[in-house]
Amino acid sequence: MSQSRQQVLVLYLNNSALDSSVRGWAVYDGTDQSRHTTGDSSEPPYKSGLDALRDGWRLFQAAQLIPPAPGHEYDTSFMKHEFYFERLETIDD
Amino acid sequence: MTDQGQLLTSKEMAQFVSAGFLRFDGLVPDELNREAMPALEAGFERPKAGTPLPLAYAEDSVVRKILSLPRIRGAIRSLVGPEPLVDHHAIHVRQPRGGEAQHLHADAIIDTRTTFDVQLMYYPQDVPLEMGGTLVVPGSHLRRINETDIGRYQNLCGQVPLVCPAGTVLILHHGIWHCGRRNDTDQVRYMFKIRLNPTVRQVRLWDTADLDDAGVRANLRQGFPWYESATARLEITNRARMWRSLTADETYDTDYWLTRLENEPTRVLAPTG
Repeated sequence: MSQSRQQVLVLYLNNSALDSSVRGWAVYDGTDQSRHTTGDSSEPPYKSGLDALRDGWRLFQAAQLIPPAPGHEYDTSFMKHEFYFERLETIDD
Repeated sequence: MTDQGQLLTSKEMAQFVSAGFLRFDGLVPDELNREAMPALEAGFERPKAGTPLPLAYAEDSVVRKILSLPRIRGAIRSLVGPEPLVDHHAIHVRQPRGGEAQHLHADAIIDTRTTFDVQLMYYPQDVPLEMGGTLVVPGSHLRRINETDIGRYQNLCGQVPLVCPAGTVLILHHGIWHCGRRNDTDQVRYMFKIRLNPTVRQVRLWDTADLDDAGVRANLRQGFPWYESATARLEITNRARMWRSLTADETYDTDYWLTRLENEPTRVLAPTG
């Protein structure tokens, strides 16, 4: 019997525009066809978020734009521009 | 060179302030690497947290010998001053073809001090790419995060998966993002890590003869491929603040970023007409 499984691609982009360039990435594969871990590649899978859309990935979450808290305008912390994509793959049980 | 060892130059300090680490490839001689391997395999006692470094290890111990090398001694002196305290040490062992890469993290807990600790990582054997050496993210040390909260970042542009000859030593700012990668060889991989706390203000502890060299400013303004463009500007201003603290020069700036923000004129013109 066939079932669908989710593949998730996370792209960290240069700014809040989906067509800006990729700075970081992560892949989680619910089909178990591939396993990804920290530091497993040196080249991003796509040049931009838009390129991921063109290849069939569906965007399901984008980081909100949150103004800095007063007094913390110059602090740096997490990657700001995080975009989550998914693809549903059919697998045979 | 004195008993302080070979102090860092200002350009090297600026590189540390920008990248959050310095690397010394193949620095430890082969005979010490050969002595270190069985010592790391067997393990050795961890000094009590807060022990002054000169009292922490026996004179004839391999750790003492490595930390006494002029380049290492001088780098420690330049970054955390004389007689730092041993926070802790750890012997990291990555089994052959076993385990997973660690999630990306910074050590200890979120730490917002201007004062900084350093960590030395020593690799007694050759580390090829497939042996899963430490992954370091250059320029991540000033970001305010708590330990593995950054674990979801699998890859960042410009990350450095350490590939190095035996005897390599990294010296890292306590805040650097890093992780141990998976070891895909048939050999056990060893790494010795030691964290040191300063006991003096970290001001001009290095060889400042080249303080006005253009290379200092060039190092302080460098970008890293994973930075978002806007945040990169904040990184440069935060480094400039750190450089002010290290040099006790409150006028230092890189490319006018802080000077512009500090321009709050108080002069009032007399009314005209």
